[in-house]
Amino acid sequence: MKLVKSLLVASAFAVAATPVLAAEMTIVSWGGAYSKSQLKAYHEPYSAKTGVSIINDDSSAEAVAKLRAMNEAGNVTWDVVDVVAADAMRLCDEGLAMEIDHDNQLATAPDGTSASADFGNLIVSECFIPQIVYSTTFGYRTDMVGSTPPTNVCDVFDLKAYPGKRSLEKRPINNMEWALLCDGVAKADVYDVLATDAGQNRALAKLDTIKDSVIWWNAGADTPQLLADGEVVMGSTYNGRLFSAIEEQKQPIGMLWDAQVFDLDGWIIPAGLSDERKKQALDYIYFATDTQRLADQAKYISYGPARASSAPLVGKHADLGIDMAPHMPTDPNNAKNTFLYNYSFWADYRDDIDAKFQAWLAK
Amino acid sequence: MMAATTPISRKPLSFVLPIMGAVGLLVGLLIGTSNGISGMGALIGVVIFTAICVIAIRAPLNEKGVRWFITAAFFLAGWGLNNIALGLLGGFIGAFTGWFIFWLYEGRYRAKLLPYLTPAQVFWHYSFRVICGAIFIFLISPIIVVMPLSFNAQDFFTFTEKMLALDPAGYSLKHYADFLGIRDDSNGEWIRSFWNSLIIAPLATLISVSLGTLAAIGLSQSHVPAKRIIMAILISPMIVPLIISATGMFFFYATMGNFMELQLGLNKDLVGYIKVILAHAVLGIPFVIITVTATLVGFDRSLTQAAASMGAGPVTTFFKVQMPLIFPGVISGGLFAFITSFDEVVVVMFIGSASQKTLPWQMFLGLREQISPTILAVATILVALSIALLTTLELLRRRSERLRGMSPA
Amino acid sequence: MMPEQTSNTPLLAADGTPLRQSLSRSLRRQKLRALFLIAPLLVFVMLTFVVPIGNMLFRSVQNDIVSNIMPHTVAALENWQAETEPLPDETAYKAAFFDLFAAAKAKEHTKLGARLNYEQTGISSAFRKSGRAIMKPGKELAKTFQKIDPAWGKAETFIALFDASFDANFDANFDASGKKTNTSLNQSQLARLNQLKGEQYIVPETKGIAADAARALPMTAREFSYWTLFTELEKNKSITEGKVWEALYVALADDLQNPQNAAAIASLSGPIASLVKTSAREISQQPRIDYTKIMGGVNKGWSERIIWETIKLHSSVYTGGYFLNAVDMRKTLDGPAIQPESKQILLNLFQRTVKMSLIITISCILLGYPIAWLLANLPVRTSNILMILVLLPFWTSLLVRTSAWKVMLQQQGVINEVLVWLGIVATDNRLEIINNQIGTITAMTHILLPFMILPMYSVMQTIPPSYVRAAKSLGATNWTAFWRVYFPQSIPGIGAGSILVFILAIGYYITPEIVGGTDGVFISNRIAYHISRSLNWGLAAALGAILLAVVLVLYWAYDKIVGIDNVKLG
Repeated sequence: MKLVKSLLVASAFAVAATPVLAAEMTIVSWGGAYSKSQLKAYHEPYSAKTGVSIINDDSSAEAVAKLRAMNEAGNVTWDVVDVVAADAMRLCDEGLAMEIDHDNQLATAPDGTSASADFGNLIVSECFIPQIVYSTTFGYRTDMVGSTPPTNVCDVFDLKAYPGKRSLEKRPINNMEWALLCDGVAKADVYDVLATDAGQNRALAKLDTIKDSVIWWNAGADTPQLLADGEVVMGSTYNGRLFSAIEEQKQPIGMLWDAQVFDLDGWIIPAGLSDERKKQALDYIYFATDTQRLADQAKYISYGPARASSAPLVGKHADLGIDMAPHMPTDPNNAKNTFLYNYSFWADYRDDIDAKFQAWLAK
Repeated sequence: MMAATTPISRKPLSFVLPIMGAVGLLVGLLIGTSNGISGMGALIGVVIFTAICVIAIRAPLNEKGVRWFITAAFFLAGWGLNNIALGLLGGFIGAFTGWFIFWLYEGRYRAKLLPYLTPAQVFWHYSFRVICGAIFIFLISPIIVVMPLSFNAQDFFTFTEKMLALDPAGYSLKHYADFLGIRDDSNGEWIRSFWNSLIIAPLATLISVSLGTLAAIGLSQSHVPAKRIIMAILISPMIVPLIISATGMFFFYATMGNFMELQLGLNKDLVGYIKVILAHAVLGIPFVIITVTATLVGFDRSLTQAAASMGAGPVTTFFKVQMPLIFPGVISGGLFAFITSFDEVVVVMFIGSASQKTLPWQMFLGLREQISPTILAVATILVALSIALLTTLELLRRRSERLRGMSPA
Repeated sequence: MMPEQTSNTPLLAADGTPLRQSLSRSLRRQKLRALFLIAPLLVFVMLTFVVPIGNMLFRSVQNDIVSNIMPHTVAALENWQAETEPLPDETAYKAAFFDLFAAAKAKEHTKLGARLNYEQTGISSAFRKSGRAIMKPGKELAKTFQKIDPAWGKAETFIALFDASFDANFDANFDASGKKTNTSLNQSQLARLNQLKGEQYIVPETKGIAADAARALPMTAREFSYWTLFTELEKNKSITEGKVWEALYVALADDLQNPQNAAAIASLSGPIASLVKTSAREISQQPRIDYTKIMGGVNKGWSERIIWETIKLHSSVYTGGYFLNAVDMRKTLDGPAIQPESKQILLNLFQRTVKMSLIITISCILLGYPIAWLLANLPVRTSNILMILVLLPFWTSLLVRTSAWKVMLQQQGVINEVLVWLGIVATDNRLEIINNQIGTITAMTHILLPFMILPMYSVMQTIPPSYVRAAKSLGATNWTAFWRVYFPQSIPGIGAGSILVFILAIGYYITPEIVGGTDGVFISNRIAYHISRSLNWGLAAALGAILLAVVLVLYWAYDKIVGIDNVKLG
């Protein structure tokens, strides 16, 4: 018994007395191929340069709730968090993210343009540092759409020309806009119409016409799986997943870029960090969001860099060797008809329209 | 039911033929519908199967030969009609048909049953087992179905054409390599998660079982104040929706973690493990409580009294008299608690941090972000390990029974 | 025959103490022993689970955010007769201006906007935009004041006017220079700051505000005091380091124009007094400060009724609003009202969750009973081998089983493919057995079946076979022997299994989310949505509390009918 006791005490001391290593930081992201691209383009070069070891936490899906809980408990363990712009706005509103002085705390472009000009109107919140532009867009089975592949987003609503199931995201964002667009509303008026009850009902009525043929997805990986299975003829998802399915997995899928909705994904620094950790986090952000780094990420994943100065530096895919530029959502060929996610609209209307959407879904 | 040796005798053709005819009707109906000629197909089916039956029984060959012949005939028919997969299926059907005919004809179906059973009871006996078989198939089929998928050469949960045609190019071991961390672009996170699960689950189970057994014994004493309320409190972790438990417990464990890290100076990772282990222990407690209190309900109090009358103290009584008798209940509760912890994803995502990533968390990420059949490879490995473990236990049990002379060798 | 006890002495125990005493002492000892055994676990569960969950569920009624962030507005709105008056009066607008200004400086205004946005769409952007625009009125007035005298641009002017800290040795009512001090103003503004930021700052008792200046310029004094405390305690800076707070100018203009302050202003003395009096004369030539106009200029939402209605409705510290929302109702000025039909979903989901859980429990009973019977009645070696078939799905991860069912049930999945190949269904008419209730029920039944089988099996193992044989020997048919002799003895197992399966079924949300499509979704999905995505934790807590209550009621009913002591899990 005595031996056991002393062993326990000794081991407790051994564990507790682990020497403090060189600085480390916890960076939170989404996991999968996206995290891998950040690992290769940002984390590894940064660790090599500064010796700081980076712990990857793939909890971005729960980031909003967990940040609020950590903040309330007074114990924020994350240093930098990757979130989509809408979540960044929400976190900023709730006081959970630190405000950033973009011009002074981010790198300037090589030609001297200030960071805020380089990012332009992609800085949708004071707390948000944009990283990539991705889009939610459609993919279709090339062997299941007959002789004329779909080219217009309204082909999704056309059950006669393209019979079969579709897959749409299980939330109103994007679906309502597409529904209104295909119900005849002009692109510039979509959000004005959507702000009214009548407009919302109109969008739901249009979605009703295909409701029985829709499989609703929650995770970005669902649609590529459904397309590969042949469960759906066409489905919406993030363009990077479609790129991976087409180019890496060699599936018979084609891209329908029409009316793709741009969205932003980027970094926030949680509020409530100690000064030392804040400094560390800002140092990382400065490095990871400069022009070359953002262009480097495009070597691993088909998402567009948020900086205007990075676009000409986009090169080839690191493993496949193909040119990445034509696969970017921002490429002129693909971006003929695009939406930008309307952050201020959805920040206000999201809860209300979501309740109506879920009620409609449940009928 | 004893292994009775009921005398069996041959049944007349008038008994066997209608049954085979019925079977033929069903099979013919199935195949006929697929080709659009259901009525005709049924008829053909009846004819074919009764013909096979008559030939089988009247053939000059011995039984074994006839059965092999039928099997080969079906196999060749299947292969010829389509491909080797259909041929194999045909072979199975043929073997079954052959066995079935002689099982009925020779009256063997009566062999293991009690001699006084009526035909209706015999029929119920076998139909009941068929129903149970169907339920077992229901239980096991998803597991069986996904095992081949773990060998998929593609990164999807799809049975590709190549796989169905049993083409070796469609199969690959890359997902197993991914799990074991020996593929070049994988980073050993699966193995790390596996180890984390193996550390957290047993420790959590240990805590819930020890505290829960003590409390259950306390609850089964004769006079417990406020017993209903205490039971309700102890069972509450099972009832509260998991996501709310996760969020609520987070605040407590964050404060506790702060205290342990700052005041006691413990290592951050150790604190993280402690938090998750305690949270899982709380979740497993209801199962242990319900199990052990139930076992103690049927416990004979006079045994403890007898032990006391022979001079044993309470602790000795507990370990020598109570424990062995309630052991099955404790094991059962421990099993439920272990599974709850091993398979739990919501609480650990909230309360743990990246270094405590467990296997279910990794699988959940796998489903959301990259749907890769690696999770199926993990499942197959765990299934293989469980089968090995359970079979070993059963063999050991049989061996100990044999040694104690309780069963014939 | 025993001799009768005729005396009236009480019965004695063996050691001479009265029997009653001895009995009650041993009863107490037994209770203590029981408690001693239960205590460690009870303390553990109470501490790490019950108390934290209680706190979490308490959020369903907590609503102190509104009165913490806009205290003066909430107080002013109590006088607003919302049914008869279209808009609140000037005091409410004045209160709102200063509250919003302080909140914007402390970066708390968007939190309130987000919270109120759950009740009324559009408020979150109204608050966010107001926060940016609220500096403007003060900035313009700052220019006006600095034209009158550049000294108004400096913090030192205000300090000289208002600051009156005193030496503790002196009379607490007079400062070192003989100025009478007002200490209560600092204390009240400290309380305001602590309420806003949720902190516990303290300020030394020796800090004070000059009493005469506070009487002459009350609003300005109040805002000065708050500004000082905020900058020093929250920002850890001195007020001389930055710009003068814009709201101070609005308050100053208001005070100088207010006829009620004229006498006190006239009787001011001190270095800044003449500046004040001059400025009073100049400012009275400007248009009177109109807070309604100011707030309307900050954001047009403030000129509309709906934002005031929402604040008033949800200003109480404890609210029943979340619980109303949880049952598809909402708070209105006329009392609780039903949500518009397009938003009614939660009651429906509750019903559906309970109904589907019942169906799942019943199908588990129907499927599990034969298996448990078979396992209990076969010889041990066979039944242990078959038990592996029950335990294997039990061991396999929930996510793997759910994905497996997806693979099996899809339109192009295993079951449909086999049926098409066998010709039972046509290829364009495949069975829709996933993304609907059938999918959820099938997958959940499969997942929960072992939880039903194992308790039933352990109970059936203890049923002696002799009873059924005896019944048969007395002439019972198979069915009668089973139904009247065997089945009643197996009921405790059914009870234990059902309660386990039902409780687990109600709480699951991962499986229904993956295979349930839209109409196979459970209420826990909504709880998870509100915790993870919308951050409406009040509503999530209310939904969770209702779910917990429903299950506890059912558990109590089950206890009454079957009796918890009859539950046997193994």
